[in-house]
Amino acid sequence: MKRRTILKGGAALGLASMMGGKMALAQGLEKVKAGFVYVGPIGDGGWTFQHHQGALAVQEAFGDKVEIVWQENVPEGADAERVLTQMALSGCNIIFTTSFGFMDATNAVAAKFPDIKFEHATGYKRDHANVSTYNARFYEGRAIQGHIAGKMTKTNKIGYIASFPIPEVIMGINSYYLHAKKVNPAVELSIVWAFTWFDPAKEADSAKALIDQGVDVIASHTDSTAPLAEAAKTNGAVIGFGQASDMADYKPSPRVSSIIDNWAPYYVKRVGELLDGTYAQVDSWAGIPEGEVEIGEITDAVPADVKAEAEAMRDAIAARTYHPFTGPINKQDGTPWLAEGVTAPDGDLLGMNFYVEGITGEIPS
Amino acid sequence: MIRLEKRPSPSAFWQWATPILAVILTMIAGGIMFAMLGKNPVEAIRTIFWDPLFNEQFASYSRPQLLVKAGPLILIAVGLSLGFRAGIWNIGAEGQYIMGALFGAGVGLALYPVETRWVFPLMVIVGVFGGWLWAMIPAILKTRFNTNEILVSLLMVYIAQNILASMSLGLLRNPEGGGFPGSRNLSQIPAMANPELIPGTGLHWGVIAAFVVVIAAYILLQRHILGYQIKLAGQAPRAARFAGVSPTRLVLLCMGLSGALAGMAGLFEVAGPSGQISIDFNVGYGFTAIIVAFLGRLNPIGILLAGLLMALTYIGGELASFMLGLPAAAIQAFQGMLLFFLLAVDLLTNFRIRFGTRKEAL
Repeated sequence: MKRRTILKGGAALGLASMMGGKMALAQGLEKVKAGFVYVGPIGDGGWTFQHHQGALAVQEAFGDKVEIVWQENVPEGADAERVLTQMALSGCNIIFTTSFGFMDATNAVAAKFPDIKFEHATGYKRDHANVSTYNARFYEGRAIQGHIAGKMTKTNKIGYIASFPIPEVIMGINSYYLHAKKVNPAVELSIVWAFTWFDPAKEADSAKALIDQGVDVIASHTDSTAPLAEAAKTNGAVIGFGQASDMADYKPSPRVSSIIDNWAPYYVKRVGELLDGTYAQVDSWAGIPEGEVEIGEITDAVPADVKAEAEAMRDAIAARTYHPFTGPINKQDGTPWLAEGVTAPDGDLLGMNFYVEGITGEIPS
Repeated sequence: MIRLEKRPSPSAFWQWATPILAVILTMIAGGIMFAMLGKNPVEAIRTIFWDPLFNEQFASYSRPQLLVKAGPLILIAVGLSLGFRAGIWNIGAEGQYIMGALFGAGVGLALYPVETRWVFPLMVIVGVFGGWLWAMIPAILKTRFNTNEILVSLLMVYIAQNILASMSLGLLRNPEGGGFPGSRNLSQIPAMANPELIPGTGLHWGVIAAFVVVIAAYILLQRHILGYQIKLAGQAPRAARFAGVSPTRLVLLCMGLSGALAGMAGLFEVAGPSGQISIDFNVGYGFTAIIVAFLGRLNPIGILLAGLLMALTYIGGELASFMLGLPAAAIQAFQGMLLFFLLAVDLLTNFRIRFGTRKEAL
C-alpha cells in the first residue's frame, strides 16, 4: 500500500516537473514527502534524536499533507551519496542531511536532481540553487555553560570533550572558556579530542581521562550520554551538561543544565514554505533568540544566585542585547582579535581556527 | 533420536547447498523479526532482495551500485580467502584498506596539481604497496617472533584508524577546505580520479580489478603449484611441511597478497566512490569481507557471488530502512543472521544427520 503512494508521488512529481518545475513550485505542492538522513541512531539521546524530533514535529504540523521518511546510521562518504540518491528517486521533495560530513554528497546529488530541495545541516557549501544550509548558534548556549562551570568548579579545572577540530566546535570551546574565565580567573580548561560524533565507549574514556586530571565540570560536543554516565559515578563530585538533547535522565546532577537543539521550528517552516510556494534558498543560522537553541532547566544543584545569573545571560542573548563574543578578546598567541565593545562578525566565527587567549594546548592539525 | 555422524570427506553437495539454505533460513528468520517489528515481512524481504534489482523506480540506479559496493568486498575477500585456506588468519584487512588509500592518495596529493596520465597508475602501485606493507607487520612478527597474526593484524586496524584521523586533520587536509578535516576530493581531480568507466554501469577500475583477481585466484588455486601448497597447508600442515612447503614463505605470501589486495581496494575507493581521505573513510569493508570470504566458501567464484549478495543486502537494506521505516539495527541483525545461519548449517557439510540409535562406534 505504501509503495503505491510512493509511486503516485513519483508520478505526481514527474507531472509537476513536466509542467515546469518553477510554476508548480510557485503555487506550492499539494503534498510533500520529506526525507531525513541521520549520521547516528535515532535513539542516541542527543544529536540525531533531536533531528528526529524535528522530523516528527513536521508530521505533527502538517498531518496528511506530509509524508516523512528517514534513514539512520548513514556513514559519511560514498554510502551517503547512494542513500540520498535513492531517497530522491523514491519521490522525496525535500531532503534534510543532518551531519557536516554529508556536505559533498548533498551537493553532488543535488546537482542530479534540480527539482528536489536539499537542506544540509552545519555545512557551508551551496553549490546549486536547490541546496540550502542551516545551523544553530550553539556557542550562545556554551556561554551559559561556561558561566556555570566557572562558578561551580572547586578544583578550578574544567573540561571539554571535543569531537572534531572544525570551526563549530572551536567556537564552542572558546565561548565556554571565555565565560568561565570571566567569573573565575583561576580556571583552567582541559580539552580531549574524541574524533567522533557518536561513540559512547570513546566518550566515556574521554570523560574518565578528564576526571583523572582533576576536572570537575565537563562539557561535551559529542552526541551520547556516556560522559554524563561517567560523571554520575563520582557521587556528585563531577557535574556536566546535556548536549544536543536535554538528557533529563541525569537530573538534577550530574546534569545541571543542557543545550537543546530544537530543529522543529526550522523544519516546520521549510516544509511549510514548500507547501505554500514561498520556499527559497537560504543560509540559516539561528540561535537562542529564534528558539533553535534552548537552555535546559538549570537544576537545584546550582546555587540560586548562579542560576539567576545564567538565566539573565540567556535572556540577554535572547533579547540580542548580549553577544557571547564581545571584545576585548585576544587570540591564544596574544594578538588582538576583537577590540573593546566589538562583537564577532559571523564570518570570523564560521572560519574560526584559533583558541582565545588563556587556553593551553594546540588545535590538532 | 537425532545424532550427528562425521562424514569421511566433506559433502560436495552440501558445500554448495549450505549458502543457499542459509539465505533461505535468513529470509524466514528475518521475516519473523520484521513481522515482530510490525512490518509486512513479505514486503520487507522483497524490498531487500528484489527492488534493488528490478524495481522500475530504483533499479537503473541500484544495479550499478551493487558493483560499486561489491567491488571492494570481492577484492578483499579473495585475498583473505587464500590465507584462510592455508590457516593464516588476516583479520586486519580494514587497516590494510586504510593504509592503501592513505599511501595512494598521499602520493597523488603530493604531486598535485600535476596533470599527467601516469599519476593514477602510480597511485595504484603505491596503494597496493601500502596495504602490503601494513600486512607485512603482523606477517613478519609471526614468522620471526611467532606472535598471533589474528591479534596483531586486528590491532593494526586501530593504529591505521588513528593514522587516518591524523592525516585527514593534518598532512592530507585540503588547504582550501576552510579548516575542515578531510583531503581534497580526488574524484574531482582528473589525473587522480577513478571514474565510472561506462556511464550508468557503476563500473570503475576497482570493479574490473575485482573480476580480474577472481579469475587469477581461480587459476592460482586450480593450476598453480602455489595454490596446491596453500590448500595442502590448510588441510594437512604436517604433510605440507614434508612436501617442502615453507610455512614462513606461505605466511609472508598470503598475508602480503591479502594486504596488497585490500590496499588496492582502498585506493580505488578513495579515488572513486568515496572521493576523499576523511576520518570516517573506512566503513567496514575489511571486516565484512571476512563474512563474504566464508559465505563464498573461500572459493573465488563463490566469493564473487557472495560479494554481490552482501552488496544486495546493504543496498536493499537501505531501501527497506527508509521506505518501510525499518530501524538500521534490524537490517544489521538481518545481515548478522546470514553469517549465523551459514555457520550453523555448515555442520551439514561435515556431518550427516542420522535418526535412530548408532550402529557402530566412531
